[in-house]
Amino acid sequence: MNRQPSTQRQTLYDSRNLLIRFVDFAGDRALNGISGLGSATLLVWETWLLAFRRPFQLNLLVHQLFLIGVNSISVVLISGLFTGMVLATQGYFQLIQLSAEGTLGKFVTVSVVKELGPMVTAFVLAGRIGASITAELGTMKVTEQIDALEVMATNPVKYLVVPRFLACAIMLPILTLFAIVCGIAGGYLAAIILFDMNGLFFLKLAQANLFISSIVISLVKASAFGMAIASIGCYKGFTISSAGGAEGVGKSTTGSAVTSLVTILALDAVLNQMLHVIWGLQ
Amino acid sequence: MVSDMIWIENLWKNFENKEVLAGLELYIPRGETLVIMGRSGCGKSVLLKMITGLMKPDQGQIWIDGEDITTLTRKALDRTRQKLGMLFQSAALFDSMTVAENVGFMVSQHMKLSKREIDEIVAEKLHLVQLDGTQHLRPAELSGGMRKRVGLARAIACNPEVILYDEPTTGLDPITALEINRLIRDLHQKLQVTSVVVTHDMDSAFSVGTRMAMIHQGQVIAHGTPDEIWKIDNPVLQQFISNENHHQN
Repeated sequence: MNRQPSTQRQTLYDSRNLLIRFVDFAGDRALNGISGLGSATLLVWETWLLAFRRPFQLNLLVHQLFLIGVNSISVVLISGLFTGMVLATQGYFQLIQLSAEGTLGKFVTVSVVKELGPMVTAFVLAGRIGASITAELGTMKVTEQIDALEVMATNPVKYLVVPRFLACAIMLPILTLFAIVCGIAGGYLAAIILFDMNGLFFLKLAQANLFISSIVISLVKASAFGMAIASIGCYKGFTISSAGGAEGVGKSTTGSAVTSLVTILALDAVLNQMLHVIWGLQ
Repeated sequence: MVSDMIWIENLWKNFENKEVLAGLELYIPRGETLVIMGRSGCGKSVLLKMITGLMKPDQGQIWIDGEDITTLTRKALDRTRQKLGMLFQSAALFDSMTVAENVGFMVSQHMKLSKREIDEIVAEKLHLVQLDGTQHLRPAELSGGMRKRVGLARAIACNPEVILYDEPTTGLDPITALEINRLIRDLHQKLQVTSVVVTHDMDSAFSVGTRMAMIHQGQVIAHGTPDEIWKIDNPVLQQFISNENHHQN
């Protein structure tokens, strides 16, 4: 007779404990997230301030432009080409059901210029450059090289973050232009080779739907994605604990790529709203 | 106080409720080589990080050449840092640069000199650490002892007034450790600098130190010349010295 209420009390106690642990865990994660966001924002703010302060150290910027731009171009070109091809193939099968397969050129161009060009470029660079920035700075942190910079009276943000931040902000739009051209070319190739469509008609539709405003939106978004990738990559590298060692560097590198991808998607949604709805760009 | 290069007053530091430094007081006279001893985790490296401004104390002042670095702005702190040179425990060489670029880094960042002049300084500093002709090598191509010596050449590149050594002989074989100790003594004589050496290698401590200080429970429990240190009647200090010596023998 007495056992049942006791069991009920125990179950209630267990559930309450579980709830408390869940709230504790969720609160802890939320606080860490907010604190991380705050620190990352401060890093970006300091980067902006230092970017316009002498000495400008153009040699470091040129080196990063080369690493980020020239070394990534082949991957971006191939990704853009195949994205255009896949888009044209999928688009064709959808449009043919509406007897609108003739508008494939418009479909591919608008999609590639407005969304897929900057997104694919940003995704490729988040994996390639963002992760590599985190690994490089993380290793420097663990091996006390960043401390050595500070002791030698050199600001690590100025010396390490500013060139990477500027190079990503400059190179992403340029690489996006290449990705757009390759994406449209991929769509064109798929249209004429796989679906035997009129290539000239495809290109005419593509040209008719290429608006300067769309390209500007695309490049602005690409630049913002570049800044986000560099900021996240640098922040993750800088915040590795010196005691973390190689394992810490590995974890932060993965974290950097994942955070960059999620941030790019979120930023895309926000920028689309801002640029399309608020400023009325099309 | 005026004649002291470094003066540390009432220094406190906690890490997640663990008291590492508890009102530490220390002075380092100009031109002396002070060895800071203590058990692992007693706060030696934390103290070194505070002297270089890498870490802020919870409370207390650190005076370097008459300036309290705990209150300085970033710009002013960087000016004071130009008077310091530091040899890190792992040497902390920039692995993307050559030996010459590592040694000449601070010179190229803070002195308006031509490439030829920088190259001359690099060659001179590498000669002081007996590594002539290694300019083109990368840190990955160097042995542990060579890395420390390049780190030392980098630390003295801008003719600092203070050289800080964080465990200079850790991880080295006994012969290389002896060479590093001799190098520290030679540099002290040639450059007439103030040096701070953090170590728990007693051979190294008695070999390079002109003064010694022992940290225990966040405070300096003994401070004096090597001869005075032997005579101080403190069980913790005596146990540390004799145990470490016994270990090394």
